[in-house]
Amino acid sequence: MAEYIIKNGFVFDPVQGIKGDKSDVAIKDGKIVKDVSKSAKVIDAQGKTVMAGAVEIHAHIAGPKVNLGRIYRPEDKLFTCTATKGIERTGSGNSIPSTFKTGYEYAKMGYTTAMEAAMPPLFSRHVHEEIRDTPIIDEGAFPVFGNNWFVMEYLKNHEIENTAAYIAWLLRATKGYAVKVVNPGGTEAWGWGLNCLSIHDPVPYFDITPAEIVKGLIEANEYLGLPHSMHIHPNNLGNPGSYQTTLDTLQLAEGIQPKNKFGREQVMHITHMQFHSYGGENWGNFESKATEIMDYVNSHKNLTMDTGNVTLDETTTMTADGPFEHHLTGLNHLKWANCDVELETAAGIVPYIYSPDIKVCAIQWSIGLELALLAKDPMRCFITTDHPNAGPFTRYPRVFKWLMSKKARDERLTTFKNADKVIGASTLANLDREITLYELAQMTRAGPAKSLGLTSICGGLKPGMDADIAVYDFNPEKPLADPEMIETAFSKAAYVFKSGVQVVTHGDIVNIGNKRTLWVDAKVPDNPQVMRDIKEKFLKYYSITQANYESLGHHFVPNPYALEVDATQV
Amino acid sequence: MATVTITMKNPPALYLEAEYICPDEFAGKTVAQIAELHVYEGNTKSTLGKYFEVSGDAGATAEDTKIVVRGDVKKVKYIGMKMSAGEIVVEGSTDLYAGAWMTGGRMLVKGDIQAFAATAMKGGELIIEGNAGNYLGAAYRGDWRGMSGGRILVKGNAGSDVGMYMTGGEMVINGNVDVHLATHAEGGKIIVKGNAPSKVAGQMVEGEVIIFGTIDVMMPGFKYVDDVDLEIEGITAKFAHYVGDTGERHKKRKGQMVYGHLYQKI
Repeated sequence: MAEYIIKNGFVFDPVQGIKGDKSDVAIKDGKIVKDVSKSAKVIDAQGKTVMAGAVEIHAHIAGPKVNLGRIYRPEDKLFTCTATKGIERTGSGNSIPSTFKTGYEYAKMGYTTAMEAAMPPLFSRHVHEEIRDTPIIDEGAFPVFGNNWFVMEYLKNHEIENTAAYIAWLLRATKGYAVKVVNPGGTEAWGWGLNCLSIHDPVPYFDITPAEIVKGLIEANEYLGLPHSMHIHPNNLGNPGSYQTTLDTLQLAEGIQPKNKFGREQVMHITHMQFHSYGGENWGNFESKATEIMDYVNSHKNLTMDTGNVTLDETTTMTADGPFEHHLTGLNHLKWANCDVELETAAGIVPYIYSPDIKVCAIQWSIGLELALLAKDPMRCFITTDHPNAGPFTRYPRVFKWLMSKKARDERLTTFKNADKVIGASTLANLDREITLYELAQMTRAGPAKSLGLTSICGGLKPGMDADIAVYDFNPEKPLADPEMIETAFSKAAYVFKSGVQVVTHGDIVNIGNKRTLWVDAKVPDNPQVMRDIKEKFLKYYSITQANYESLGHHFVPNPYALEVDATQV
Repeated sequence: MATVTITMKNPPALYLEAEYICPDEFAGKTVAQIAELHVYEGNTKSTLGKYFEVSGDAGATAEDTKIVVRGDVKKVKYIGMKMSAGEIVVEGSTDLYAGAWMTGGRMLVKGDIQAFAATAMKGGELIIEGNAGNYLGAAYRGDWRGMSGGRILVKGNAGSDVGMYMTGGEMVINGNVDVHLATHAEGGKIIVKGNAPSKVAGQMVEGEVIIFGTIDVMMPGFKYVDDVDLEIEGITAKFAHYVGDTGERHKKRKGQMVYGHLYQKI
């Protein structure tokens, strides 16, 4: 494989503590190395910013609900199709881009790893077929466990070992990466037309509470020592006053210590926190509770989170939180799709317009930025848009601009239609902090990689790590004449390397790289009871056989990369 | 106003996608530059000049530019798409999406027009001397935002799904329409001088539909209110007044429930 040396760039690497020093990064055989031979190809990064490839910790980019969104929103493709260009295939869609466009757009922004945040286990084959067709970026998928019948039956009796054995089996069967929880218990309750809006609302029939599900899954996750922690979308998403439910959920992790060999320090990752930081009793007195939420997160080291920034676009909301989507269609009266996934989960989809002229949308925008700006430890707070729920992932450069430039966000904040009310509903106007490039590298590279247990592989530029590198046309030593320069630079990277292959040159795709599917292979002691339960559920309840359930072989996972854990000696 | 005349001299074998036949695109360009504008024949990118002879002069702005389209353009789509000002006269008939997403200006088609004309139109005027196809002034596939402003006049008949998801503007059809008129409408006004077979204004929540002729089957969600005298397009007559669609959600304005209004000439 070719050798490269990226010369004279301003390097930002939290893994090694490099804060903008002018130095070289060498690549050999797909890895970052200390030195290369004189024949190495030189990439001139003079006056440019060099970072590791960015890591997406939470986005909805592959699988049945993403595809249903594509099918039922032809208007999302209107005027957003891209023609064939060089090696790039055609693409379509804005908030729900086609698989190829998804891979290209991430790569162009310097992202080299992304996690599909909610895989319905029953449809893992569909998820993997789409992942396979998303070029360049390494991807993993989080199967959802929070409303799973096995999990609820085991955890009702606090059977952690059985839950862990089931998780290990399901991760292997679906080639999954982590334990995802969406509205624990609530989505199952939705099958009865109900919901769980607090962590103590009992789930119908199963007679278990969200609190018991969450705590049990954290324990099972740590019993196995998985690379990532339990990853949760808490109950009561998106409602005024939801912050209280969020704080209750966060407290469930109190006192639990991480146990893993990957360097991960958290036991709970809370996703799209913006949707869970709402105060007020109704949409009239709706306000931010970001301060209360961040006070808690800042003082609890066993938590990580991502923001879920609203980007003020027309987008498509999609979540395994079925009851929430029904609630949302009742608010905006736009079309609604709903799907139940037998024994496991559900999903709903509703288009949504985050209009700058609507007070609530502008406050939501404020909250997302506030969360990131109030984070004391950028290694534990990551930037996402919960793509496509709060906005398309292609808007990351714009979010970076708002976070890195007070001028840019004040311009937006003071020109909202209801600016006075919006400013009064959050502390954003009083926050002077501007995220630095080093902090940005923490929030988009080193931080998410560490939270995912990928520290030895990606998110940094230390020799031995994969050569996932992004070079941006951004000179940190030059005074910033116009904040737009941030958005422009991060939208189209000058150069991107993925595992040592140059995939982007001056914002164009030049190679589709060597895309891998990341999954976690967890070994557990033989557990005949769980194996019998699985067999029985397939015979009694599932509409397909066990043999047709698993994602196996080259067709579904052509280039797998398994992270191994061994829980047989626990 | 300066006039550019484009005349079909080399008809395409496949359908031609010609969204650049629009005053906004022609304005400020020379005849040679206009001939270089892109079109697609099937999936092959080509130029306007390959099919059309271009003559005359374009104005400096769209407002000062008139386009006259001559010859057989029955296989040309997207004429006048997104036009914001100026004028287009099509001397014959044309294909899909004529005047779609137009925001201003005036477009006259002397022959017939096919489906999806004036899709999501926001302003301006579209006059069709012949017949119009399906989905006139409707929303794009999947979208919930149809025609929201401007004026459409069809001197002949129009097809089905006319004014679907219409939210504003006015449409006059001198002839008959097919089924599904004003489905899901949330505003605007549609006047049909002829007949409408059935499924008129289903799921309509706001706006007006006025039918001079017959309605074969009335939607069950419409409720008769009273008889009213109206002056429509210079004609004064008595109309039966219905409100609906009562099967739908309706908003309240100033304490009053807002309904779609359907008037049928008695």
